[in-house]
Amino acid sequence: MSRLYLLPVGTPEDEVLGGLEQRLQQRLTWEIIRQVPLPMPVTAFNAVRNQYEALHVMRAVADVIPADAVRVLAVTEEDLSIPMLTFVFGQAQLSGRIALMSLARLRQEFYGMTPHPEILMTRAWKEALHELGHTFGLVHCPTASCLMALANDIQHVDGKEDDFCGGCALLFKDALHTVERTEEKEK
Amino acid sequence: MMNAQWNILVVDDEEITCESMAAWLREDGYSVDTASSGREGIEKARVKDYAIYFVDLKMPKGIDGIETMMEIKKIYPDASVVIITAYATVDTAISAMKEGALEYIVKPCNPQEISMLVGRIIKVKNLERENTILRQKLLGQYTFHDIISKNAKMMEIFSLVKEIASLRSTVLIQGESGTGKELVARAIHYSGDRTEKPFVAVSCAALAETLLESELFGHEKGAFTGAMSQKQGKFELADGGTILLDEIGDISPKLQLDLLRILQEKSFYRVGGSEELRVDVRVIAATHVDLLDAVQQGKFREDLFYRLNVINIHIPPLRARIEDIPLLTKGFIERLSHELGKNVSDISEGALKKLMEHPWPGNVRELENAIERAIVTCKERVLSENDFQFLNGGKKETRDRPALPAMKLEELEKEAIIAAIKRTEGNIKEAAVQLGIDRSTLYDKIKHYNIQR
Repeated sequence: MSRLYLLPVGTPEDEVLGGLEQRLQQRLTWEIIRQVPLPMPVTAFNAVRNQYEALHVMRAVADVIPADAVRVLAVTEEDLSIPMLTFVFGQAQLSGRIALMSLARLRQEFYGMTPHPEILMTRAWKEALHELGHTFGLVHCPTASCLMALANDIQHVDGKEDDFCGGCALLFKDALHTVERTEEKEK
Repeated sequence: MMNAQWNILVVDDEEITCESMAAWLREDGYSVDTASSGREGIEKARVKDYAIYFVDLKMPKGIDGIETMMEIKKIYPDASVVIITAYATVDTAISAMKEGALEYIVKPCNPQEISMLVGRIIKVKNLERENTILRQKLLGQYTFHDIISKNAKMMEIFSLVKEIASLRSTVLIQGESGTGKELVARAIHYSGDRTEKPFVAVSCAALAETLLESELFGHEKGAFTGAMSQKQGKFELADGGTILLDEIGDISPKLQLDLLRILQEKSFYRVGGSEELRVDVRVIAATHVDLLDAVQQGKFREDLFYRLNVINIHIPPLRARIEDIPLLTKGFIERLSHELGKNVSDISEGALKKLMEHPWPGNVRELENAIERAIVTCKERVLSENDFQFLNGGKKETRDRPALPAMKLEELEKEAIIAAIKRTEGNIKEAAVQLGIDRSTLYDKIKHYNIQR
């Protein structure tokens, strides 16, 4: 059975990690393994912007990937950015193994509102599957309601469904089968 | 997923900026390359044309963003360059825009801002691409075997060509020089059932009578001085296919008779030969002269005229189909710009108007030559009125020059010398310069013609 590692980077909320673990289990029928948390890499911190560079974090994640990991979903509480952009909800290697997501901007309290665990969980699931979708070769979808649509702010995230559109669902299924078959052959 | 067809280049000396931006754009489906210096960016641009160039303004080592952009624009004048900088100042923004940057963004910028910017540029690129495809389709609609036209008379010719293509009947194509008589002849050949067989074109005006005879019918060894071996003529070479006898109006009475025989008997003899040769050749004749008029004047055999004139095609001069000038011009720009390795891709309204007002005595060939000359000297992407200034000169020259009366060459030379001496008020040195000869030669000629100074 293919393995997906769920990697906490820093100290993301345990309840959210548990929720993601459960949903991934149902969605993928893969073995989902929670890894030992990776401390937030100090070199990734940008003091001027008070954010972490997503690419540096992904490089730190790449260093601790177990050999049998088909995919890794790294989750952090910290706000992420890249030099060109003020923030990113997450980043992934297109057709690669690593997906990274931040919970910071998915929280209601980031926007000055009362914390809402259910909303947080829904958003976290959408972001997790979106970034994982990229690792399966899916690019942004022009259908606004599709999970693979580009979201540039939290309203966009909320406006999306919590699953792929018909076209992306097919592509995801195909890519998933290809990965699983490759895994089986290698074993 | 549709974005994969578009390539984007990110040029930044900070590796993390390049890589993270590339990763972000790849998630959007673009194919992204990166370069860590202006020089590397320019080298990559030489190999591949990118839909968008994101170029960092400040790159301490080597050339900066503006210089990089200017170099890229030398390769692709229409390149969409977005200048990136961390130091937002009005001056640098103005400078970047003045040098041709499409946009100017300050990093870090909002994801929405950059998404919209990329989306906007790609939308324009998609429209441009669509426009090019549609224009090509349109041109294709008006293109028939390399002949471009939407003129009603020409359309009739295209239909006629299709109808007669597989017949064996001789065809007489008439039209002024440069109207495309050979193209129509080729269209007939390649539209019919002889397309796999040879198409042989012979210019009857280019050769002297004896040479033309040997050229058309071939010769046996020793048939005349210099005939070192047997040679096949054009009729033999065209066996099974088509022969185009261009400028048929210029052939001698003897050759007219020989041609009449080959059209009637379908056989001929090589020069100096006694063996009768039979060929299956479709004959297409072309001429810029009025053959019927030549018949009436007794210069062309009436029986040959009727043999050739089984199917008659008269190609109108360009001045009678000015609606074709924009189509022809754009077709020539596309082809010649590519052949000449130039970046010219369009023509201004003013220049096109000028072309449509020109009389084009040399017809389509003259138009093609004019476009080629304009492309060669053009420094911009779009041909302007200035690029066709030579048309004014040419027109003036041909219109203002009085027709010369019939005179001997010696008389003409004498006239030229008298005129030069008069113009220079008897200054022999200056007159010699104007005539392009040296002073002693001029003195000799003055003496020879007994010219009074």
